[in-house]
Amino acid sequence: MIRLSEHLPIIQVLVPLFGAILTAFARRGTTAWAIAATASVLAPFVSAAMLWTVFETGRPISYVMGSWAAPWGIEYRVDLLNGFVLLLVSVIGVATISYARKSVAAEIDAHKQAWFYTMYLLCLTGLLGIAVTGDAFNAFVFLEVSSLATYVLIGLGRHRRALLAAYQYLIMGTIGATFYIIGVGLLYVVTGTLNFADLADRLGPAMDTQARPILAALAFMTVGICLKLALFPLHAWLPNAYAYAPSFATAFLAGTATKVAVYLLMRIFFSVFAIAIPASALPVTEVIVILSVAAMFIASFSAIFEENAKRMLAYSSVAQIGYITLGIGLANQLGLSASLIHVFNHALMKTALFFALGAIVYRTGLVNISQLSGIGRRMPLTIAAFVVAGLGIIGVPGTAGFISKWYLAMAAIDKGWWWMVFLIVASSLLAVVYVGKFIEVAYFREPGPDVAEAHEPPISMLLPLLALAFATVYFGIDTRLTTSVAEAAASALLGGAR
Amino acid sequence: MKFDLILRVGTKMILPFILLFAIYVHFHGDYGPGGGFQAGVILAAGIILYAMVFGLDAARRIAPQGLVELLVPTGVAVFAAAGLPGMFKDFRYLDYGVYGHDFLHAHEWGILIVETGVIITVFSTMVAIFYAFADRGRG
Amino acid sequence: MSQLTPLIDHFNYFTTIFLMVAGLYIVIARGNMIKKLVGLGLFQTSVYLLYLTPGKIVEGTAPIIDPRFQVYSNPLPHVLILTAIVVGVATLALGLALVVRISEEYGTIEEDEIFARGEDE
Repeated sequence: MIRLSEHLPIIQVLVPLFGAILTAFARRGTTAWAIAATASVLAPFVSAAMLWTVFETGRPISYVMGSWAAPWGIEYRVDLLNGFVLLLVSVIGVATISYARKSVAAEIDAHKQAWFYTMYLLCLTGLLGIAVTGDAFNAFVFLEVSSLATYVLIGLGRHRRALLAAYQYLIMGTIGATFYIIGVGLLYVVTGTLNFADLADRLGPAMDTQARPILAALAFMTVGICLKLALFPLHAWLPNAYAYAPSFATAFLAGTATKVAVYLLMRIFFSVFAIAIPASALPVTEVIVILSVAAMFIASFSAIFEENAKRMLAYSSVAQIGYITLGIGLANQLGLSASLIHVFNHALMKTALFFALGAIVYRTGLVNISQLSGIGRRMPLTIAAFVVAGLGIIGVPGTAGFISKWYLAMAAIDKGWWWMVFLIVASSLLAVVYVGKFIEVAYFREPGPDVAEAHEPPISMLLPLLALAFATVYFGIDTRLTTSVAEAAASALLGGAR
Repeated sequence: MKFDLILRVGTKMILPFILLFAIYVHFHGDYGPGGGFQAGVILAAGIILYAMVFGLDAARRIAPQGLVELLVPTGVAVFAAAGLPGMFKDFRYLDYGVYGHDFLHAHEWGILIVETGVIITVFSTMVAIFYAFADRGRG
Repeated sequence: MSQLTPLIDHFNYFTTIFLMVAGLYIVIARGNMIKKLVGLGLFQTSVYLLYLTPGKIVEGTAPIIDPRFQVYSNPLPHVLILTAIVVGVATLALGLALVVRISEEYGTIEEDEIFARGEDE
C-alpha cells in the first residue's frame, strides 16, 4: 500500500496538478470550483506535515524523482525555508479559494470559469513546485508554468486594459525567466550540475579557474529573479497587472507569486552562491540594498498619488517588497529572519487588503478612491478589516507588520547602519499617508450616491477576509510560529547547512 | 479551394501516409530518435492540411472541437498518471520500474505510456490552437 | 589567422551573444507587438544554443547504447532544451493569442497608438 509520509514532497505538487487536470474536464464553474477547493484545502496539510517533520527531525526531506539519484536526477528537497514558503502559499490558496466562488462568478463569464480555475490550480502547482524543488532547471520550468497561468489569469480581467497588462507582464516575465535560465546555463557549463546542493559544492573549486562565467551567472540570475519579484526599478509590470486582473487573481498573486520569487532569490544567494564565492566578488547585496530603499520611498510616493485603489495597493506591494529585499541585502541573521517574517506577514496583510477591495468591487464595481466616500458606513466589517490590514502595512505595534519591521530595524542596527532605521520609519510614515487617505474617504465623508446600495459581501467572501485580518493581529502578538521558524531557517541559510 | 482538383486528390493520397508516419515516429520514440512530441505535431499537421484543403467544417467532422478540447487534459492526465503506479509499490513517483520485470523493459513501457500522453496533448493542443484562430474574423 | 582562432573556437558562443542582444534590442526598441514577440523568440532561441553547445562532444554520437560506439554526446542539455523549447512555444502561442485579442479590442497592435489614447477607465 502507498506510504504517504514518504511521498509528501511530490504529493504537494501532484494535488494541485491533478486538480488542474480534473477542472479542465469540468465544464461548469461550480464543479470546477469544488475540485479546486478540494485540492487547495489538501495542500496545506501536506506542507504542514513536511514543515513539522523537518522542524522535529532537523533534517531536510529529500525525494528523488523516478529513483534517479540526486545530482543527476531531479531532487525535491524540503528544509525549513521552503517548508515555510510552501505552508504560506498553500494557506493563502485556501483563503483565496473560499473567496473565489462568488468573486469569480461575478467577474468571469460562465463558460470561462472552469478554465479560470484550471489556470489558478496550474499557477498553484507552479508556485509550490518552485518552492519544493532542489533543481535549478526544474525551478525554471515551474516558474514558467506558474507565469503562463498568471498571464492568463490577468488577461481574463473585465477591462480591455487587462489584455495589455497581461501582454506587458508576458514580455517582462519571459525576459526575467530567460535571464534566470541564462544564469543556470552558465553554471551548468562550468560545473555540469543543476542540483542546488551539488552546485554549491562544485562552484567553490570552479571559482579559482572560471570566476567570470560564475559571476556573470550570479548577475543574470539576480536580475532575472528580481524582475519576477518586482524589485524597483524592474516593477513596471506589476501595478497594471494587479490593477486589471480579476479581484481573486490579484489577491492570490499578491500573496504568493512575488513571495515565491523572493524564496528563489534567497535560495540562489545563500544556499548556492554564498557558500561558494566570497561576498566581495560581486557587490550584489549592496545594489539590492540601494534598490530596496529606493523602492520603499519611490513606490510609496507613487502609491500616495494614485487614484485607483488597486494600483495604490500594487505600488504599496512594490514598496513592501523593498523591505523584504532590504533584509536579504543586509545578509545577516536578523535581516534574513526579517525578510522571511515579512514575506509571511505581508502575504497575509496584502491578501486581506485585496480581498477587501475585491469585496467593494463585488458590491459597487468601483475602484477609484474618490468615488468610495462613506463606504465604511455601508460595509463596516469589510472596511474594518481593511483598516486592520492597512495598519499592519504601516507597521503599527500590535500588528504583524510591526514584528517584521522591528526585526528589520534590529538587523540594520546589528550591521551598524543606524541611519537605516530612520529610513525604515520614514517610509512607514509614507504608508500612513496612503492608507490614511483611503480611511479618510471611507469613514469621514458622507456616503455618496455611488455607494448608496452597497452592503456587506456574502459570507464566503467576508469570512476569509476577517480571518486574514485576525491573523494580522494574531501574528503581531503571538510571534512564536513566524519568528522561531524564520530564525531557524535564517541560521540554516547563513550557516551553509543544507 | 473547392475546385482545385490536384490539391484535393493529392491531399487525400498523402494524408494516410502522414498519419502512418506519425504513428511510426511515435512508436520509434522509446528507443531512438522520435517520440510523442514530433509525432503529435505531424498528426496535427495532417488534420490542419485537411482543414486547409477541404474546409474547417470538414475537419471538424473528423476531429470535433469538443473532443479535441477534451484530449488536451487527457494527455496530461496520462503523463501524470504514468508515474503513480510506482508509488504504490515502493517506487518513487515517475519510476517506471513497476511496469516490467527488468529495468530496460519496464522503462521502455513507461516511456511509451508517457509518449502516448505527450502525443495526445501535443496533437490536440496544436489542433485546438488552429481551430481557435482559424475562424476568427469570419463573423 | 592566429587572431581568428578564438573567434572560430567560440563561434557558437559569439552567435549566442549576438542573438541574445539582438533579440533583447528588438523587444525594447520596437513598438509593434508582433515584432516584440519575434524579438522575444530570438532571445529565447539564443539560450537554446548556449545550452546545446557544451553538450556536443567531438565525434560523439546520439546517446543510444550500441556496441559499435564508445563516445556519446551528453543527452542532458538536449532534454533540458526540449523542455525550454516547449516552454518557449507556449509563451509565444499565449503572447500571439493576447495580441489577437488586443487587436480585436483596440483595432491596432502598435503600443504607442494604444497608449496615445490615454484611457484610464
